[in-house]
Parts: sequence; C-alpha cells; structure tokens
Amino acid sequence: MPTLTFAQALNQSLRHEMTTDPRVFVMGEDIGHHGGIFTVTKGLWEEFGAERVRDTPISESAFVGAAIGAAMVGMRPVVELLFMDFALVAADQIVNQAAKLRYMAGGTLSLPLVIRAQQGGGRGNGAQHSQSFEAWFAQVPGLIVIAPSTPHDAKGLLTAAMRANNPVIFIEHKLLYFTRGEVPEEEYVIPIGKAEIKRAGTDITIVSYSRQLLLALQAAEELAQQGINAEVIDLRTIEPLDMDTVLESVSRTHRLLVVHEAHANCGVGAEIIARMYECAPQLLSAPARRLGAKHVPIPVAESLENAVLPQVRDIVEAVQAVIKV
Amino acid sequence: MTQDQLMVAYRQMWVIRKFEETIRDLYQQGKIRGSFHPCVGQEAVAVGGCAGLQRDDYMTCTYRGHGHAIAKGLSVRAAMAEMLGRATGCSKGKGGSMHFTDPSVGLLGANAIVAAGIPHAAGAALGAQMQKQKRVALAFFGEGAVNQGVFHETLNLAVVWNLPLVLVCENNLYSEMTPSHETTSTVETYKRAAAYGMPAYSVDGNDVEAMAGAVAEAATNAREGKGPTYLEARTYRLWGHMMGDPEVYRTKDEVIAAREREPIARLGSHLQMLGVKTETLTDLEDKAAAIVTDALTFAEASPLPDAQEAFEDTFA
Repeated sequence: MPTLTFAQALNQSLRHEMTTDPRVFVMGEDIGHHGGIFTVTKGLWEEFGAERVRDTPISESAFVGAAIGAAMVGMRPVVELLFMDFALVAADQIVNQAAKLRYMAGGTLSLPLVIRAQQGGGRGNGAQHSQSFEAWFAQVPGLIVIAPSTPHDAKGLLTAAMRANNPVIFIEHKLLYFTRGEVPEEEYVIPIGKAEIKRAGTDITIVSYSRQLLLALQAAEELAQQGINAEVIDLRTIEPLDMDTVLESVSRTHRLLVVHEAHANCGVGAEIIARMYECAPQLLSAPARRLGAKHVPIPVAESLENAVLPQVRDIVEAVQAVIKV
Repeated sequence: MTQDQLMVAYRQMWVIRKFEETIRDLYQQGKIRGSFHPCVGQEAVAVGGCAGLQRDDYMTCTYRGHGHAIAKGLSVRAAMAEMLGRATGCSKGKGGSMHFTDPSVGLLGANAIVAAGIPHAAGAALGAQMQKQKRVALAFFGEGAVNQGVFHETLNLAVVWNLPLVLVCENNLYSEMTPSHETTSTVETYKRAAAYGMPAYSVDGNDVEAMAGAVAEAATNAREGKGPTYLEARTYRLWGHMMGDPEVYRTKDEVIAAREREPIARLGSHLQMLGVKTETLTDLEDKAAAIVTDALTFAEASPLPDAQEAFEDTFA
C-alpha cells in the first residue's frame, strides 16, 4: 500500500471526486496557481482548469456565501479557508447562514457544502493564526464537524464529507500535512460520526483527535514503559460525536482523559465529560479529566507556546494523576 | 409592459398590500408572534422587479421580503400559514416572516442579516454560469445593506467572476430607525457599485414599468455573459421599520406627502389614463382581497405543527 502525506491523501480525495462528479469545484485563496499554501490542491488547477479551481480574493464572507448560493442550485463546492482563524470573517455565513438555511426553509433546500481549513499551533504563527474552533462549530446545530488525524482517515473522511449533502467543517492541522501514513490507492469512504480505537489498552481511555491524537499515542508509548496501558480513541468526527465508542471503552478501562489542542475552557473535553456523567458515571473509578490549551492567547516564542499548548509530557502527567486516584 | 401585464401587476401589488394589512391586523390581535417588517409602499420594486425576470431565475431578499416572495411566486396561502405558525406554512412553521423560501419558484430565501443574501445570489449566479444555464440571480436588499462588509466583498467578486447577477438596492431612505443619509457616505448607492466596475443606475422604484424594464435589461445583459448590473430603486417606506416602531425619526407630514406618490395609486392613475375603467380597477382590488382572505381562511384552518417537527430538517 502506498505511503502518502496527509496533504497528498487530501489531494487524492479531491482529485477523484472532481474527476467523477462535475458538480464538485474548489475555491479559496492561493489554491489555484499556487496549488494551496500547504499543497493540498496541488495540480488541480492544471488538471481541471480555472472554472473549477478558483482563486478567490481575500473575501471570506463573500466566497463562503457564494459557495452557499452555488450549493443551493446544484453545485457541490469545497471551500478552503486559508487559516481556520479566518472563519471568523465568514462567521455569519457559516453560523447564521449555512447551518440554518435548510431548517429555516422547512427542508426545501439542501446545502452540499464542505468548508476545509487548517487549525492549530506549534509553529509559532501567533494568536491569530493558531486557534482551534471545533467546539464553537460543534455547538451550532446544522454543522457537521470532522477532524482526521492520519492520512488514511483524511482521505476517507474528505470523500465522505463531499458526499454528505450537508454543511461540513473539515478540520485539518498545519502540523499534520506532512505526516505520512499508508493510504489505499482506490477511493473509499470512512463513515462520518464514527470514532476509532487507535491503540487498544486496559488502564485508561484517552480520547483525542487531530494533531493531539498523535501526541496522545506518543504519551501512550511512554506510559507503557511505566506499566500503564492506555487505550487511545480517535474521535475523527467531533459532531456528531460517537459517545458509544467512548462509553464502551470506559466500561473496560474505568478511567477517562480527553485531550485536545483547543482551549480547555468550554471545549470538546468538557462536553464529553458532561456526557460521561450523564450517561454512565458508575463506569468511572476516578474523576474524568480533560486537557486543553491554557486560557491565554497563543504566544509565538517556542518556550511560551509550549507552555500553553498541551505537550506529550502534559498528557503523561495527566494520565498519571488519573491513575493515582 | 402591455396593458394586460400592467393590470396583472396592479392586482399583484394589491395582493401584497392587503397581505401586509392583514398581517398587521393579526399582529394587533396577538395572533402572530415574532417580528413583522412591512413593505407597504414598496410593492412596485418587488412586482416590477420580478416582472423583469424569468420564472426560473433565482432571487434572494431580506426580512422585509413578503412582497418580493409573493411577487416571485410564493403561494399566498403558504406565506400566510407560515406567519400563523402552521404546518402548512412554506417553512412548516420553522422560518417565520423573515425566512420565506421556495426553491420551486427560484426563491432562495429571505434573510434576517441585511446583506447576507447578496453573496447567496452571487453563488446562485455562479452555479447557473458553471452549469451553462441561461438563468440569472437577483438580490434585493435595502440601502442599509450597502454599509455591510459582505456587500462590498460580493460586488467585487461578481465583477471579477463576471457573474450573471442583478443587484437591486431598494432605497427607502431609512435604515431601520435612522435616516440613511446620516450613516451612509454615498447616499446614491449606485455610485458605489459603479466604482467596482459594473453598470449601475438609479431607477424610480415606485414605477412598476420602469422597474420591470430596468431589471429585464440587466437580466438580458447577464444572460448574454455581460456580467452584473446594479440598480438603485428609489422608493419610500410608508409604515415603520417593524410592528411597534413609534417612528419618532420622521414627521407625519413627510409620510403623508410620500403617500401621494405611492406605487399602487400611481399605477391605477396610469391605467385609467390608458382607458381602464374604475370598476375594472376596483374589481382587480377585490380579486386581490379575495386571494388574501382565502389565504387567511386556509391558514386559520390549518393544523399546528407537531412538536416533533422541530427536530426535522436540520440535515438532508
């Protein structure tokens, strides 16, 4: 099986879908001539032309709105936001419009729309280029929120997103683009809303997604040396959230830690723990915990950024604290 | 427009007028919840504008959109039922006054965010262009919307991508409760559009024929691949911004004077000059009243939506 980067896997998914479905088109800043600043759309402009691979002006509100309009009349747009932080410029179009138009129309419209963007820090890009918004979007009824962690999952989930017939926020991570993994050559779909156990274990369930999932796996390796056998679940989809997989795991491990890069305050971790206590508190032999970025804007200097964003060491310490109880 | 077409327009404007009057009555009786933003006095913009389009062209409008929606072809029954929160409403009770939508007549939605429907129309135009259809998209919006960022973003994008888009700014002189000239640097908003590189004109929005002609010409140009056009339709909002607006920002005399120029009476006078009898005009008004009365009867007899309906239609 070929080994591809995360960016190459996304590129394959886009290329396949654009080849087989003439209604699919992509737009965003620097995605055409330049092939995308992270190379995700590389070669598409040359292959499919400027009609279907559109470089946009720096007008997030207008081009997300235009994607909504095009989706309403039979096209299947895939919009790229250069940085998830720029989603805020288009926030009205994403939250007030895309998420709600079908409902407000009593179901007489549908929006087959994918909005792709990369999140996250770890590169010293600063507070306005490093944020994670999956919790905000997950709280809006009408948005599907997906965040793959591996090239294999990225390809299958992007294909699923493009076929979902509903507005999808497809979250990539700037530090995942050049990670590598095995990716089947053929086209395939990974079901939306289905988490996956990436590492089987017995002593604690660590739930994570996107780049932090890789850090959680690293932490699990370190913990194994200390005799702690962690099970690591990759949510893959944030909304709808696969709580069944989490509950099944905790029914065996009896301990839960959620790790994400987004700020801990009001994050996905808080939501999962709330559901844990609503559904099955009796499964826990220790209080559930969550780990996220500290509650400050994300700084640039490496030593400062590392103090704010969860590191492997932080995950290891958090697990140890849960185990000790 | 032919005389027959003008008579159809006359009746249609009366339908919209009587619809709004009925809604006001229902509101005052406490039978309607939420907001109501009447378009009384602006009927010619909607009816004339839609007369310049083809039936399968696309349209978006704002929350002052009952007239645009009905003119585009939304069933008056479905509109009335939606206002009364019935299961037979165009949105099954889930959208209400500000979100009338009916894709089967090209009505892609009324929007509560003043400029938000403008890029949707641009996107529909883009979709039509990419699918090689001869359809155009028209966005109705008020002059308040020309101060929102996405207005500017979309006008630029429409020119750059040469979209088959008709932009109709309905300038009724008031942005909600504030005179627009106090908050807008260029009160002749078409000059802003011209600065983006598209043909841009001012039109008498209270003249149904002028509106129809201007929109038809813009739509023809769009269909022929000549790109977007901006029309500023000058009109006047005879009622307040919404139900309950005390209208402290303008004098009663100003409103009375504006009523002299209101579009339905104007078209009536014009038709009479063309030889149409008063009884014929009265008959058209009565027919309009009957349509609205029928819609009200239908709506009041319709069931309320089941609570379960609230949990449907979020996703396809």
